[in-house]
This record gives sequence, C-alpha cells and structure tokens, in this order.
Amino acid sequence: MTEPDREDVIRCDGIWKIFGDNSKQAMDAVRRDGLSKKDIRQNFDCVVGVQDASFTVGRGEIFCIMGLSGSGKSTLIRHINRLIEPTSGTVYIEGQNVSAMSPQELRALRAEKIGMVFQSMALMPHRTVRDNVVFSLEVRGVPEDRRAKVASKAIEMVDLAGWDAKYPDELSGGMQQRVGLARALAADPTILLMDEPFSALDPLIRKQLQTTFMELSAELHKTTVFITHDLDEAIRIGDRIAIMKDGVLVQIGTPEQIVTEPADDYVAEFVAGISKLDLVTAARIMQPVEMYRQAHGGNPDMTAWPVARPEDKLNTLVDLAVGTDSPIRIEADGAAIGVVTKRALLRGIQGREEIAPATEGAV
Amino acid sequence: MATEKAFDWLNPFAAVDLNIGERADGIKDWAIANRETIQPIKQFLESIIVRIEGALQATPPLVMLVILVMIAWQAAGRRVAGLVLVCLLVLGFLQPTAWGLAMTTLAIVTASVIACAIIGLPLGVLAGKNDRFESVIRPVLDTMQTIPAFVYLVPVVMLIGIGNVSGVIVTIIFALPPLVRLTSLGIRNVNQSVVEAARAFGATPRQILFKVELPLATPTILAGLNQTIMLSLSMVVIASMIAVKGLGNEVLRAMGRLDAGKAIVGGLGIVMLAIVLDRITQGLGRSGRERGHRHWWQSGPVGLIAALFQRN
Repeated sequence: MTEPDREDVIRCDGIWKIFGDNSKQAMDAVRRDGLSKKDIRQNFDCVVGVQDASFTVGRGEIFCIMGLSGSGKSTLIRHINRLIEPTSGTVYIEGQNVSAMSPQELRALRAEKIGMVFQSMALMPHRTVRDNVVFSLEVRGVPEDRRAKVASKAIEMVDLAGWDAKYPDELSGGMQQRVGLARALAADPTILLMDEPFSALDPLIRKQLQTTFMELSAELHKTTVFITHDLDEAIRIGDRIAIMKDGVLVQIGTPEQIVTEPADDYVAEFVAGISKLDLVTAARIMQPVEMYRQAHGGNPDMTAWPVARPEDKLNTLVDLAVGTDSPIRIEADGAAIGVVTKRALLRGIQGREEIAPATEGAV
Repeated sequence: MATEKAFDWLNPFAAVDLNIGERADGIKDWAIANRETIQPIKQFLESIIVRIEGALQATPPLVMLVILVMIAWQAAGRRVAGLVLVCLLVLGFLQPTAWGLAMTTLAIVTASVIACAIIGLPLGVLAGKNDRFESVIRPVLDTMQTIPAFVYLVPVVMLIGIGNVSGVIVTIIFALPPLVRLTSLGIRNVNQSVVEAARAFGATPRQILFKVELPLATPTILAGLNQTIMLSLSMVVIASMIAVKGLGNEVLRAMGRLDAGKAIVGGLGIVMLAIVLDRITQGLGRSGRERGHRHWWQSGPVGLIAALFQRN
C-alpha cells in the first residue's frame, strides 16, 4: 500500500508504552524474553498500554484508529505530540525525531504543526470562544491584530460566526466541539490529532459534525489521525483504518480491505454488521469476461447490458441492476473487463466470499 | 533527673527524662542573641503597617464607610452592600472611639493578610504541583494551626519585641495554613484535560500556571483567602497581649477589669468587622456565571458608571 510518491508525515516505529514504576525493567524483559502481557503484570506490576505499534500516515491522509475503550488508542495518539513519552520506539514527524526534541522545539511543534481535538472538548471555561480558539497563537506570542484575524477566520470555518465573545458553558455540546475544531485549525497546522472528537455528542449532531469535518478536510487536506470507537464513523471518515485491540494494532488497511478481508476473528466480528453497499467495489465481486463466457457458453450479446466502472460501489450496481434482468458489464478504458451477475451482487451485499468463478452457476 | 527511680517496664515514660523543655528554652537565648540582626526588617515592616494604619485613620469615617459599602456592592451585590452598611453603622455607634479602634485592627489584619498572600500563594502552588513538598509542608501547617498561640508568643517577642510587627507575625503563623491548603487544593482540582489541552497547544509550564491553573483555581484560592482573613481577625485579642492596639486591646483591658460591658463592645466590634470582610471576600469568590454577569465591570457601581459613559 505504499505508493512510491507517498510522503509520510507521521511515522511511528515500534511504539511501546508500559505504565508502572518498573516499566524500564519490564521493557527490557520483554525485549529479552518476549514476556506476555500477563507475565508483565504479574512480575513487574506494570500495565501494557501500547504494544509495538508501527504505522505511517501520508500527507493529506485521514488515518482512523478504531478500538474499544481501554484498547490503548488514546494513549497511542498522545505519543504523536509526545504528551506521553513512549517506553520504547520513536515517532517521526516530517522526518524529525519527536523523542529527541528539546522542550522548546517540542512546544513549537505542538503550537504550530499539530492541532488536537479532545473527546472532553477541554475548552478553557474562563476564556471566550475567541480566546480559546487562538490559544496556540497566544502562547507563541503572536501579536493581537493577527490573532484577531486568525480567530475570525477559524470561527467562520466552523460556522460559529457571531459567537466569538461567548463563553464555552453558554454553548451546546456540538458547538463546543466546533470551537475545539476551530482551536485545532487556528494555527493552520500540518497535522490534526482527533481523539474521539464526536463520541460525546448525540447521533444527529455527530453526523453533522462529521460532515463539517469531512468538508473541511477535503478543503484543507490536513494529515489527520482520527480516534474512534465507532466503526461506521471510521469507515465514513477514514482513508485507512487501523483496528486496535488490547494495545496491539491488529490490522491496518483501507475500509474495503478491513471489511472484506478481516485479519482475524476479532476484526471479522466487528465488521460483520457493517453495510458493504458503500464500501465494496465492482472490481472485488466481478468475474473476468472470459470466465463468464466459459461458465455460460457461447458469446452472449453484452451490448444491451448496463455498464459500470470497476471502482463503482455496490450501491451503484444495485441501482443499475433493478432496471434490468441482465448482468452488469464492467468497463475500464472503454474495454469490458468483467461481469457482475445478480448472484455475485447479492452475495457481495451479504459480504460472503462466494464469488469463486469456477463454482459460479448460471443466473 | 529521675535515674534513681526503679525502671518500670509498664511505665517507661516516668523513668526517662530527655529534658526537652530545658533544651528548647535555648530558642529564647537564640532569639535574644539575634535581636539586632532582625531590627532593620522589623523597622521596614513597622513602617508599612504604620502607613496602612495612617491611611485608614486619615480617611473620614463616613467616606471610609461609603468606600467599604461600594466595594461590597461591587464584589457581592446590592443585598450584601446593605448588610455591610448596617454592620458598619452598628460598629460606628458602639462607642465614640470604636471606629478608630476598628481601623487600627483593620490595618493589622490587612498587613497580615497581604503577608499571608505573599507567602502562602507560592507555597500553595508549590504544594499543589509537588507531592513531596505537600507531604513535607502538611505537618508544618498542622502545627501552625493547632499549637497554642501562647507557645510562640514568647519567642517572637524575644526576637522582635512587642508591637505591631510581632502582632502581624503571630497572626501570620495562625492564619496562613488555610490559604496554603486551599491554594494547593485548587491547583490539584483543576480539570486535567484542560491542562493537557494547554500542553498540546504548546504552552510552557509557566503559561499553563498563569493562563490555566491559577484562573481556574481562583474560587478555591479566594475561599482560602476568606478563611485567612477570618483567622486573622480571631487573633486580634491574643495579639493585643503583645501591645497591638485596636479592638482586641479593648477586650483584653475589659477582661483585666472584669468589665463585661466594655468586653461586649470590643467583641461586637470584632464580629461586625468580621462579617463585613467575610461577605466581601465571599462575594469575590463567586463566579461570574452565578452573578449573571461575565465581568466585574459590568455590574455594581462601576457597571452603572460604565453604562452612563456608554450612553453618552
């Protein structure tokens, strides 16, 4: 999945975080003997928060980390801006080693390159919306007139114009998180860290904010690490998804990969209830034209069939299929490359892997 | 020495005499020996107290009364201002000299509270930030609060001599602990996710302290300041034993002459002063949200004046 032109903005190499007084010894023991989590807890009275996590995030990519509470995802994201020091492993941001930075460099990085949004919003109750939004500029000593400009722009971006002089407790939860988003975007950072930003909101507001966020990120192209415990949200927002369980990154892949090729039973169980309609592409369920011909014999007239592209999602194929009794022809660059039969389509919606062409029967 | 006595295992304490009392008496000699070195500091402090008292005494009582009522109105609203007005009138009419005595007491209390704030706030912040420092300072604060004032009265007088400065120091010893404790508590109770957010946006530890922690801890710190003021007032009678003038001295003299009436006058004066200071500082501690106004300049007399100017 690493394309050659891809530029890694964030790179985490073998991040371990062990909590406890004897974390160093526990880490050494893990390196030496490969202790299990249970052994670490029993022998060293330490808890493993993150276990050997490595991943990269490309420029402009939205990388979702999905896991249940206690899986270590919030711990992992805090390593990126070093709010938490790793017990072992390194984090690079645009090639710079974050762990080796001096306190001054680190503060500059946090204020200028990284914006963070928190589940608890964590707005400062004694500051107005405006003063909350430009906090990162204020701590860097940016002059007042420039702060005012940045603030009004950022507040406008999240549709909160006119609320600048209000205090956080005068705002609804959804609006507060918009302020949190504006605060993260104010310094025009390269990276956005979103720690379950919408989890505390009710479903409608959550959907609204997801939309706002997706519009903004389509416009601003921020490299984003997005934490969530909601797989639907991860699939909706993420370019790639990492599934985390008990401190381990179980699987990293595109939403389609996660849903169609779950790495283990844990992931499979997670994705079981997920609708495939907007995820799975025609390319995944189609069978090559040749095989279709072999299976059905002769040379069927395909000109009257509806046409779709290989990257079209199942949803589009269903729309085409309801208007006709014929299979769907998949074309790329003007040439027919495959056929999607009704049976394959229905199985695809179910998420079953019953598309082996050899066993494919007639429609 | 009780070495002659037979040692009794069931009562070991009776047979051993460490002679701590006599050894601790050395502190008196130490205090007398260091008297001279402490004099410049004493004079400096004395001059500050004298200046505060001079200012309070020079203000005509009626002007002072109006100022205090206005402060109360600004800090705590109209109802409290009314209560403060009544208390001050009662105080003034207790006896012809009561107002002047009250101002002397107020000067001592003001000096003590300022000193407590200067010493107590940094200590409280440090205790709030550092667990080890907190565990060291806690027994010290316990001692300061519970040890009878008479115990340190003598060494302080030996070291500094009688008068206002000693009175202020004795008052500080007694009144400082709640400010330190509540400042520490306030800092500790600040929402950690807000502090984390400040860190995530690149704030320095100093900026976190001044822009986040102290503002959020302010209500708790002001509650501590309120307690410090109350305790300072409760020390004025004891402080008058080392020649501090004011309402406390009235009570002390009345006690010496078994003059219950005069003692009641002095005592009531202290109570009135206490109510005034308590209500004003409690008003300061309430958040703007409770008052329905966001900024102090939007309400009270200042708010009225500001509104007038805005209309013009």
